[in-house]
Amino acid sequence: MESPKTLHFQNYRPGVAFDEMFAPDHLVRNNYASYKDHLESLSIVNIKKLQDATDQAQLLMGMTFQVHGDEMGMEKILKLDIIPRIIEKAEWDMLETGLRQRIKALNLFIEDIYHEQNVIKDGVLEWEMIRSCPAYLESCKNLEPQRGIWTHISGVDIIRDNDGKFCVLEDNLRCPSGVSYMLENRKILKATFPKFFDKILVQPVSDYPKILHQMLEYIAPVTHPNIVVLTPGIYNSAYYEHSYLAQEMGVELVEGRDLLVKDDHVYMRNTKGFQQVDVIYRRIDDTFLDPMEFNPESMLGVRGLFDVYKKGNVAIANAPGTGVADDKAICPYVPDLVKYYLGEDAIISNVETYICSRKEDLEYVLDNIEKLVVKETNAAGGYGMMMGPKSTPQMHAEFRDKVRKNPRNYVAQPMINLSTVPCLADEDFSPRHVDLRPFIIYGKDISVIPGGLTRVALKEGSLVVNSSQGGGTKDTWIV
Amino acid sequence: MLSRVAESILWMNRYIERMENNARFLDVNFNLALDLPPELKQQWKPLIQTSGAVEEYESLYDDYSQENVISFICFEEQNSSSILSCITRARENARTMRSILTKEIWEHINSVYHMVLQFKRDDAKLHQDPRMFVEKIKQASQLYYGINDNTVSQNEAWHFGKVGSYLERADNISRILDVKYHILLPSVKSVGTTLDWIQWVALLKSASAFNMYSRKYGEVKPYNVAEFLVLDRDFPRSIYYSLNQANQSMHAISENYKSGFSNSAEKLIGMVISEMSYSGMDDIFHQGLHEFLDLTQLKIIDIANALHDVYFSLKN
Repeated sequence: MESPKTLHFQNYRPGVAFDEMFAPDHLVRNNYASYKDHLESLSIVNIKKLQDATDQAQLLMGMTFQVHGDEMGMEKILKLDIIPRIIEKAEWDMLETGLRQRIKALNLFIEDIYHEQNVIKDGVLEWEMIRSCPAYLESCKNLEPQRGIWTHISGVDIIRDNDGKFCVLEDNLRCPSGVSYMLENRKILKATFPKFFDKILVQPVSDYPKILHQMLEYIAPVTHPNIVVLTPGIYNSAYYEHSYLAQEMGVELVEGRDLLVKDDHVYMRNTKGFQQVDVIYRRIDDTFLDPMEFNPESMLGVRGLFDVYKKGNVAIANAPGTGVADDKAICPYVPDLVKYYLGEDAIISNVETYICSRKEDLEYVLDNIEKLVVKETNAAGGYGMMMGPKSTPQMHAEFRDKVRKNPRNYVAQPMINLSTVPCLADEDFSPRHVDLRPFIIYGKDISVIPGGLTRVALKEGSLVVNSSQGGGTKDTWIV
Repeated sequence: MLSRVAESILWMNRYIERMENNARFLDVNFNLALDLPPELKQQWKPLIQTSGAVEEYESLYDDYSQENVISFICFEEQNSSSILSCITRARENARTMRSILTKEIWEHINSVYHMVLQFKRDDAKLHQDPRMFVEKIKQASQLYYGINDNTVSQNEAWHFGKVGSYLERADNISRILDVKYHILLPSVKSVGTTLDWIQWVALLKSASAFNMYSRKYGEVKPYNVAEFLVLDRDFPRSIYYSLNQANQSMHAISENYKSGFSNSAEKLIGMVISEMSYSGMDDIFHQGLHEFLDLTQLKIIDIANALHDVYFSLKN
């Protein structure tokens, strides 16, 4: 017997932004239709109980991240809102093709930048743009990473604009994080809505660690490689993820102090002597990798590692130097790069971006700063940005000043109302803004994991989804 | 395996064992207080002496009241051996090697940590009756050992954990025996009084040894109690048994199954065990129990240092 239905969404009022669940006429969209039915077979009290159980499960699993500057015991969970973000397969297929195209082009671009630099000779991009990029590493010139792959693991931040069109906000080609949340969220939601998972086919994500492992084996300089995950340690905010991935792949999780270089190879310090390391999935920044080559202050890296890498005796994923391609001032050129390297039109477009080092863009930005979102080109995590419409005139002035002093360091984008998905807030559902970070692994093939991490701004009206700024996550279903 | 990880496992287990022993000591002392005739007040200072934290304690408190001692042992962050400190450090060690722990082990340690924090937040009146808390800690530790023995492959990592648990246990038992014996000794003359009996039973209970002792010896006599806790071959919380188990695990790690030693740590522990094997309780009393226990604690420190040199600080 069917239980009586509760109308959970009677008072649900999306704003001007595109809502993922409801069309403007308040009709439920196809992708959410059966899920809505299921949800309405549960009482709000029971839904709240499911949410509480989820919070508790996350805490006990230790899915926590360290909050900067907080004292002992101050770990927070990255809240998982149990209402999933659902995308239809057909729409996803388009995204997937677009992402594959994008990653392919970006790899060719990085390869080109550190070798022939044809893209500059042919006038697609100015050398000054590259030279001034802090993530461009002179040391990587003529580097030949194994199998010619630079960005083994990428996460591309995608949003929907007001019309519901997907576009790229930024690329993350260094050490994108969040994939462990994608995986754990799915496990938790399966336990939360078991009956529903039984009924519909959600594209699985659980083979991510396997695909990652296969890729790391593929780029190894030897057969039967010893693979490790290199972490900065337990105080890093993504430590949970580092340990999670190492565990899922069954490989060792190491810190810089566990490794050393001798005789042109990397070794780890074991109880019974030194053991050679062949592949490093590193989760520390480029410039911390090797104090001899880069930042001499680095305590996290391994002395001499870069030299071993250049000699081809160890593989590193992602390759050092990839940051040049996810600089926020380079990002707007990606459609041009796709055209240049692949001769194709970019399937996913970019959010319109003003590059402040361009004279006419700079003028526009200075004149319209109160309407724009201004971002530092080399910052991440929602730091170093200003949202014009939500800031005071004083902050506008401050950022005008900053941009004028160092235009290369800034880009600006129009304020976009990210699409919304219902979230459980107090006693009701209410719209919250989301973005999407799909993960792409480049090994023998380019694999796009179906779904990705949906980040959600849990504060009403907020457009900032970063975990460091009060964001949470949702499970992402491709159905 | 990685040296750093091996060391973390060893310490994780030491902290869990220390946490459990602290809980046991506290439990027994509290129960003893309930058994004493009204004109006698239960002593709380020896509990602090046992853990060797007199200095830290006195820097924080003016007296040895029940309330202060309980809060110091349970939750004091500045007490490096408090139950909270132990579980915090055990969990921190667990976090640094989370990738090699089973999900069950990690989640258990993590949940115990959160439970202790919750007790700390909730229960300001714990000092009036800590038994429920203490019981939970003992169960948590026993459950940990159960999970560890039944879901974890008994490989090198597991043996490093065992070495940690048993070295810590040998150390803790020697401390409780030392302190209690000191206090109880003057009353040996008046053997047979109820009060005396209660105290000796309490000592046995703090090592969870009362039932097994009774089956072996029946009557509670100081000499036998000491013998049971120091030299018993079969009781899993005696010093001899603990060191012997640690020794076996050390040999499993080095895969040296022949007699003799293959490194300095094995040599040191082998010497301690041999000496105990060929000692009777008379010899130990002749040397002086306190001197013997003191020396044993120092030797355990030497063994731990030797392990560090052999396995954890590989030179280029």
